[in-house]
Amino acid sequence: MATKEIAGITVNVTEDGYLTDPSQWTREIAQAIAAEEGIALSDAHWKVIDFLKKDFASTGALASIRRINKTGGIPTKDFYTLFPDGPLKKAARIAGLPRPASCV
Amino acid sequence: MADEKIKKVSIVCSKGSLEGIYPALIMANGARMEGIEVNLFFTFFGMDAITKKKVKKIKVATVGNPAMGIPTLIGALPGMSAFATRMMQKKMDALDIPPIDEFIEMIGAAGGKLYACKATVDMFGLSKEDFVDEVESILTVGDFYALSAGGQIIFT
Repeated sequence: MATKEIAGITVNVTEDGYLTDPSQWTREIAQAIAAEEGIALSDAHWKVIDFLKKDFASTGALASIRRINKTGGIPTKDFYTLFPDGPLKKAARIAGLPRPASCV
Repeated sequence: MADEKIKKVSIVCSKGSLEGIYPALIMANGARMEGIEVNLFFTFFGMDAITKKKVKKIKVATVGNPAMGIPTLIGALPGMSAFATRMMQKKMDALDIPPIDEFIEMIGAAGGKLYACKATVDMFGLSKEDFVDEVESILTVGDFYALSAGGQIIFT
C-alpha cells in the first residue's frame, strides 16, 4: 500500500490512486483528485459524490451506474457528461471510494 | 496491461436469444464505462434487441443449448423457455444488470451509437420506425466498416 499527499494531507491509496480508508477523505481531497482528472466540481458533481458516499455507507458497496440513475436520481447521460471518459471510476476515486468492481 | 489503450470498439450483435444478446450489451456498456467509443451493429435475429415489438419478448434458448443442462426434450416443453428466462432475469436484476430495453436506453444515454443492418432490415421488411429511438440509422456492411475504421471489431 502506498501513501500520497493530497490537499496537504497524507492518505493511504491503492496503486491506481483510490483511497483505501474512507475516513481520510475530505471535501478538499475530493477537489484535488477532481483537479487531477481535469474536473472542477460543481453542485451537480457534489450531488453524485454525496449520493455515492451515502449509498456506500448504507450498502457497503459502490453504486452501479443504474443505481446512480434509479436511486440517486442522476440521469445516465448527465453522469457521463459530468465525469467524462470513465464516469464511475472517476466519481468513485473523487468520492474516496473503492475502484468499481462490477461489469455493469 | 497493454501499452496502448483501446479507444474504439464496434460490436456486432447477431443472435436473438437472451444469452446471445447480453454479452454484446455488457461489452458495449462496459466499453463506455471505460471511456471507449462504441458502435453497436445489430444484424439477423440480434436485431430483436432494438425492435420495439420484440425487445420485451426475448427468451433464453432451452433447446439446442447443451450448457443449460436441460435435455432437449424437456427444454422443448411449453413454458420452459419462459421459466428459464424469468430465472435468469431475476439473477441479473439482483446484480443490477438491466432488462434489455432498459440496457439499450442506458447504452444510448452513455453515448454508445446503435445501428441496424440493412440486409436484415430488407429481409424482414422493417423500417427505421420499427426500431427503438436510440437507433441512429440503418447501415450497409460497407458503412459499418467505414464507421469502425481505426477501432476493434467484436462479433457476438
